[in-house]
Amino acid sequence: METTPIQTEPVLTITGLTKFFGGLRAVHNFDLTIQPGQLLGLIGPNGAGKTTIFNMITGLYVPSGGEICFLGETILGQEPFEITRAGIGRTFQNIRLFPNLSVLDNVRIAYHPRAGYSMFDAIFRNSKYEAKERELTEQAQDFLAIFNLENIQNELAKNLPYGEQRRVEIARALACNPQLLLLDEPAAGMNPREIVQLMELIHFVRDRFKLTILLIEHQMRVVMGICEHITVMDFGEVIARGTPKEIQDNPKVIEAYLGKGAAHAA
Amino acid sequence: MQKASVSTTAPTLAHGPKTRLAWVGQGFLLILAVLALYIVVRNLIQDPVQFGQIIIGGLQLGFVYALIALGYTMVYGIVKLINFAHGDVFMVGAFVSFFSVTKFNLESWPAVVFPGLPAAVVVVIGTLTVILLSMIVCTVLAITIERVAYKPLRDAPRIAALITAIGVSFFLEYFGALKFVFTPEFIPYPSPFTVVTFYINNGIQMMVPGKPLPGHVVTFTSIFVIFIVATLLVQFLLQYLVHRTKIGIAMRATSFDKPAARLMGINVDQVISFTFAVGAAFAGLGGVLYAIAYSSIWTQLGILPGLKAFVAAVVGGIGSIPGAFVGALIMGLAENLTMGYISTPMRDAVAFTILILVLLIRPTGLFGEPEKEKA
Amino acid sequence: MGLIDIFTSLVKIIAVLAYVYGLLWVLGKSSRWVKIAGILVAFGIIQLVITVNIGGSPIFNGFDLGLLFQACSMTMVALGLNLIYGFNGQFSLGQYGFYGIGAYTAADITYRWINGDARGLIVVLSGVIIVGLMIFGLRQIIHRYRGIPVLTQFTLYLVGTILAGIVAVYIGRGIAPAINPLLGTNLVPGALAQGIPLQVVFFLAIICAGVFAAETSFLFGLPVLTLGSDYFGIATLGFTIVVNTLMLNSDTILPFPEMKGGRGMIGIPKLTTWFWAFVFLVLVIVVMRNIIRSSSGRTIMSVREDEVAARAMGVDVADTKLISFMVGSLFAGIGGAIYAHYIGFLSPNTFNFLLSFNPLIIVVFGGLGSMSGTIAATFGWTFFLEGLLRNLLGTMGTDAPTWRYVLYPVTLLVVMLIRPQGLLGTTEWGFLKDILIKPRVKPQVAAPGPIAPAESQQGLD
Repeated sequence: METTPIQTEPVLTITGLTKFFGGLRAVHNFDLTIQPGQLLGLIGPNGAGKTTIFNMITGLYVPSGGEICFLGETILGQEPFEITRAGIGRTFQNIRLFPNLSVLDNVRIAYHPRAGYSMFDAIFRNSKYEAKERELTEQAQDFLAIFNLENIQNELAKNLPYGEQRRVEIARALACNPQLLLLDEPAAGMNPREIVQLMELIHFVRDRFKLTILLIEHQMRVVMGICEHITVMDFGEVIARGTPKEIQDNPKVIEAYLGKGAAHAA
Repeated sequence: MQKASVSTTAPTLAHGPKTRLAWVGQGFLLILAVLALYIVVRNLIQDPVQFGQIIIGGLQLGFVYALIALGYTMVYGIVKLINFAHGDVFMVGAFVSFFSVTKFNLESWPAVVFPGLPAAVVVVIGTLTVILLSMIVCTVLAITIERVAYKPLRDAPRIAALITAIGVSFFLEYFGALKFVFTPEFIPYPSPFTVVTFYINNGIQMMVPGKPLPGHVVTFTSIFVIFIVATLLVQFLLQYLVHRTKIGIAMRATSFDKPAARLMGINVDQVISFTFAVGAAFAGLGGVLYAIAYSSIWTQLGILPGLKAFVAAVVGGIGSIPGAFVGALIMGLAENLTMGYISTPMRDAVAFTILILVLLIRPTGLFGEPEKEKA
Repeated sequence: MGLIDIFTSLVKIIAVLAYVYGLLWVLGKSSRWVKIAGILVAFGIIQLVITVNIGGSPIFNGFDLGLLFQACSMTMVALGLNLIYGFNGQFSLGQYGFYGIGAYTAADITYRWINGDARGLIVVLSGVIIVGLMIFGLRQIIHRYRGIPVLTQFTLYLVGTILAGIVAVYIGRGIAPAINPLLGTNLVPGALAQGIPLQVVFFLAIICAGVFAAETSFLFGLPVLTLGSDYFGIATLGFTIVVNTLMLNSDTILPFPEMKGGRGMIGIPKLTTWFWAFVFLVLVIVVMRNIIRSSSGRTIMSVREDEVAARAMGVDVADTKLISFMVGSLFAGIGGAIYAHYIGFLSPNTFNFLLSFNPLIIVVFGGLGSMSGTIAATFGWTFFLEGLLRNLLGTMGTDAPTWRYVLYPVTLLVVMLIRPQGLLGTTEWGFLKDILIKPRVKPQVAAPGPIAPAESQQGLD
């Protein structure tokens, strides 16, 4: 007996995705289907092509072949900003905040497409501008409050400690109101306590904002701890899929990470 | 937007998303190219001798630009700085040779020291000395500028170094124009050796002064020959230097990744100074040859040729040495063709229109490599 | 030049800077009445100083007035550059190209007007309007269809502009003969060529000059802004030189015999008064500030900070760059118009390649990303360099102008080495300051349920 889910359409469907950089084949025949509400992990050794896939999903790279469908419609060929506005948000491997802007401004930029006023309204400072700008700012502040960042809202992003920068980046990506969130190594550079907080944060975020999350990560604790389903890549190809338990015991995965001998030892 | 079907076999994309109406833009460029070609070919047919003359003049100009462009491209490759002062180093080279010839008669020192030497040998050695002196002075000047003005700003925002380069450029141009230093006027330049003219009429003949030319023929001077020899020599020398010597590898390593080069034990400061020095030396050489070829110099001599040489470096692919050479030849030819077939005032405009066109069609230049930014 | 003169010059410089600070301060007050009063007072002070005589000559003599106008127009150019480069991060050497376009366009309109030819105004005005509509319309169509390469877009706009220009010329030919009789000649001006109508034409000329510059920047910027910052800078350098070449040949390659090419255009009516300069200066400052302190401004700055991240946040980077380039050129064009009508003649040499670095030097000097820095640096630079220094060096004989160019770079070098972020860095004065938003006192609980896990320092629940 199966309960019919409310939304059967997958959030993201990738088929046959391939990317060549000149003669180098970075990604080959990558397939992935993500259902709404899932928390998926994408792992693999360095250079396996994970960030390249993220960049293709978000439109920064043009795929050499394959198809990407978001919410049932193809997003190939769209500009990155269009894809973001369509509902895909992301964070970056090496944090890319706007260093000389305040935390509040960093988040307010996410509201620009939904600002509700044009540049001309801003120039004339009419009532529409005043009202919408105040609304936008309050929304951003409330948003920051959710993450307990409102106290530092006027700090310049470049002056923040690393952990807080990470949090701001995630908050900022969420401010774009996405349905699918791509996190690129969110735990990079964190100590164990911060990692635990990050895991809680990701769960909280997924539940509160009704998101679907795809995660690239090297820290196995995070991956095994929160991902429901994992795809493993090596040399641009998928080598394994499954639940954390299945992946942990998969000899091909062990071989990819630790080399040929280790697989037999497992 | 079309509804996509989730297929099991992936449709392949050739060049990314569909490009519509690309033919409009490309057609426009094609029309421009055809127009230019038409003008050239029509004039070529009408007067092939004039065409030959223009080509020779254009090549000569191109060689001048090539010698300057090398400095621009190498310096940009290694420190990402557009060294606006480079054109003025070129000017200094011309001026130094002017001084050595007029004040010290340097071009004839072998005759003074060794009275018995044949005239040809004196001329060769004397001129080479003049050139060498200019090159040395330019080298020293460039290294000084680099150490005093650019090095302290290496970690500052790039605009600071750029503005400083502009400042140094202004300084060189106007300091020489001050009355007590020199003069802002044009100065006639005496060549250290007599320039011989050749003409093409049943093979290459030498022109005898006084005897008129047999009709409409293409002429070129010994300077032109010297230019060819000098520039090609420089090119080969540089290629060898950059690809076969240790310092050359160091230069390339530093231009790829400065911190890594430092970690590998390369003395980055020395390598950078060396790069400036080499570029300046060739610019100095270019300055002397330019002065001999075009017979007059002035303190703002370096501005336009410097700019055009920079454009040449960009056209060829900034950072690429063979690119700078090819780009310079293209620039020189285009400029001369415009001067001859369209109008003289347009030639500067054409130079920069070429720049804009190249940046539109192939921004990394002919030989350049696209810069990839990894997210 | 005596000690008294040097002293008065210094006092004037300090006074001007204080004035600028005061103006910005009063504009920053929240009460609307204070602002209006402040503007009137600011206008009045200088007007007084110009008109009131002490001992036979005005406090602000003709020379000072010239400096003032120069400072006003240069401020507009420099603010434009600060928008493009300081706030949007695109290194542009093209401001003087637009400055020159604005100057010549406005000058041509008014010159022709007072010489009995209405075609200047009619053609440019209608041309500017038609091109504007064309650009707007074409843009809607182009955005409907994805995937049109930039080069094609450029070609379409170019063709559209040429067609619009031809239409404008015909409109001019059609309407002008009806108006020309009312214009008289420059010796005997007609009813429409003096008084209020002339002021209206002047106003229109300035606006047209600015918009024309902006439209040119759109056409040029569309393909060129897609290149990275360095290449864009080089392309704009090329643009300035091409424009300069066109100026030198305005009577041969271009059909404008009254511009007299390299010999320079003379006979431009000196319509710039303190009123106009002040009005447009304040307008430019206010518009720029209103753009910067708004969502558009944040977007513009985000492109400077990190283009890739901006894209990922839903910012249309190409569009943003284009808009700031256009607004920056608009300002430069207006500055050019004001300049042309104070000095009365135009020479292509004023807009040559070397001088085109002036706005860049000013902006970096004052502080990239600081509007106050730009304004202060422009006024300081004009009154100090052009005023005091020129007088000082004037005593050095004919070498004086050349000495300026020697001291410039030395001063510049020293400043770059000591304080590369510029005099004011990113600080702003008064009205231009960033609007600081205070954190809200938590009225309602923002997130019911678990407090953001980031807070739980106590470890696992």
